[in-house]
Amino acid sequence: MPHANALYGPLDPAPDAGYVDAPPRMGFFTDTSVCIGCKACEVACKEWNLVPESGLDLLGMSYDNTGALTANSWRHVAFVEQPRSTGQEIPAFEGQPDGPSVSPATAAVGARTSSDTGTDPGLPPGSPAAATRMSAGPEFLGMPGAQPPGRGSGAQGRTDFRWLMMSDVCKHCTHAACLDVCPTGSLFRTEFGTVVVQEDICNGCGYCISACPYGVIDQRKGDGRAWKCTLCYDRLGAGMTPACAQACPTESIQYGPLEELRERAAARVETLHERGVPEARLYGEDPNDGVGGDAAFFLLLDEPEVYGLPPDPIVTTRDLPAMWKRAGLAAMTMAAVTVVAFLGRRP
Amino acid sequence: MTDTTSSDGHRRRGRGGDGEQLTVPPADFSSYYGRPVLKPPVWKHDIAGYLFTGGLAAGGALIGAGAQVTGRPELRTVGRWTALGGVTASTYLLVHDLGRPDRFHHMLRVAKLTSPMSVGTWILAAFGPLAGVAAVAELAPLLPQHGVLGLARRLAPPVGHAAGLAAAAVAPALATYTGVLLADTAVPSWHDAYPSLPFVFAGSALAAASGVGLIAAPATQTAPLRRLALAGATVEMVGGRRLERLGLTGEPYARGRSGRMITAGRVLLTVGTAAALVSRCSRLLAAIAGAALVASSVATRFGVFEAGRVSARDPKYTVVPQRERLDEKNGPAIRP
Ligand code: SF4
Ligand code: SF4
Repeated sequence: MPHANALYGPLDPAPDAGYVDAPPRMGFFTDTSVCIGCKACEVACKEWNLVPESGLDLLGMSYDNTGALTANSWRHVAFVEQPRSTGQEIPAFEGQPDGPSVSPATAAVGARTSSDTGTDPGLPPGSPAAATRMSAGPEFLGMPGAQPPGRGSGAQGRTDFRWLMMSDVCKHCTHAACLDVCPTGSLFRTEFGTVVVQEDICNGCGYCISACPYGVIDQRKGDGRAWKCTLCYDRLGAGMTPACAQACPTESIQYGPLEELRERAAARVETLHERGVPEARLYGEDPNDGVGGDAAFFLLLDEPEVYGLPPDPIVTTRDLPAMWKRAGLAAMTMAAVTVVAFLGRRP
Repeated sequence: MTDTTSSDGHRRRGRGGDGEQLTVPPADFSSYYGRPVLKPPVWKHDIAGYLFTGGLAAGGALIGAGAQVTGRPELRTVGRWTALGGVTASTYLLVHDLGRPDRFHHMLRVAKLTSPMSVGTWILAAFGPLAGVAAVAELAPLLPQHGVLGLARRLAPPVGHAAGLAAAAVAPALATYTGVLLADTAVPSWHDAYPSLPFVFAGSALAAASGVGLIAAPATQTAPLRRLALAGATVEMVGGRRLERLGLTGEPYARGRSGRMITAGRVLLTVGTAAALVSRCSRLLAAIAGAALVASSVATRFGVFEAGRVSARDPKYTVVPQRERLDEKNGPAIRP
């Protein structure tokens, strides 16, 4: 008998998948407020998991040249420059004239770039309109200047700014659409509640890629199969910490039992609020959200979409019973009209 | 632009359902350098082609069975061969689209209701052999009268009849599950269209198969096809009338290349159906009507396929509806 919340709502996924005496659900808490954008996580992941090189092009949009999570990048450090203070009581350049550092045209160019990541769809160009629209407002996001503010332009032209950095990863959703739709059973739920692709089973049908609401999973060119973060399943089995969390020098990536991480995250948000950073908020930690909560969740300093995350994702299979009903109705209609068409009188 | 309630102080996006507002003014939204949030589908045009051939096969099987039951042998033959041709092409296209075609049989390891592709695999696995037997049974008259082959010649019709009816029983599922296949994704324009897609595909399948019948079957037997084309067109038009009115995510069905393909599909469908209805006395007109119906189905399938790809590539279609939903729940976003 499937669980009442088998498709939607709070659920402990490992017991639901049939594990008896499953270990506690494990996950990542990525605290972006202490991320320094060093990309040690990206490198450690590649080294441990033997992930191929993912293109060395400069994207021209920021210090982020990885661009997105792909089959060849299982951690991706997003980088955003914004012309406002880092949240200190007294902004560094208060009272000074400030303004955007780069033109909307630059942002539009940045959105069009791509890099051969060796994967499909990998890192497709974005929408220049969307990039321009943002940079035209006060909330400019664009290529950071090459020099400290004010050095090139003089004091009159300098801006107050902050850098947002976030190490993105597969969310290991409670209700993982990728896993639900996989027709070969290649994607499976581990005893730790994580979601892993079995590379000897995947036949590269690509369904998971369209199903993931976070745009995580991707297909490797030449190889044809889908690849993504395994939350270092092999290391977990041996009681070790995943490579990225192990390598993170600031403990921005924290690994542990999900329950414990959730408590730690709540405390961290409270501390930041007390210290005058009201914009700190958690993303993906709520078991009542559209995917039943993520095992890899985040502390963000701006809206999720600023980091390229969907603001309110809902697992597509929530609506699957309704979809099958509509298909059933359509099928019956089809059969009925055929009967009627053939029953009509002979000419 | 600190939140999606735009600077002029009121919501700029019209809500779907009023039917008037087909074009939605761009709302302010944030994105990561304009990059897509989702991964656009990696499916190649094979899958759009499959949507067509799968529907054609299903429609062919239904026509074959209808003709069989009402005693129209030539039409029955056309229906059965359409079904076999369609399902053969479908299988080829599906396997060809895989990243690892040599592993296509891994689909047969499991049967999963949560995976429309798994369900579809089993529908095809049931339909294919039945359609094959029904079509091959049509070759019986070519066999000699006597001997072992003579026995086969006598056995073939009843076996073919049974297989033909069984294939027709599976056919509606084959034609409509593809609507769920596309809808059960994060692709905004596909997912939001889930109530419409199975109906659009069912109607399109009937229209395409009727079209083939009008081209290939003798005029004396095609009366049901004219009615079926009309019925298919009605199902497709009524089922699909909501596509462009989904609000923002309906936009790709109305605009751009995908919108033009959808429109072309509808025009061809209307013209083809009208021509079919008056084609009783003209073989040429029947063939033209049939070709228009087939072309309409191709255009509709590629249009729907393309609309989904467009909606996954632009972050607008992902972010704006979700942001609106969130703001409705929590009040406008707090930005530092
Ligand atoms: S749906 Fe996406 S984010 Fe969730 S587990 Fe699958 S690949 Fe990861
Ligand atoms: S690409 Fe591989 S992992 Fe993804 S749904 Fe298909 S078989 Fe499953």
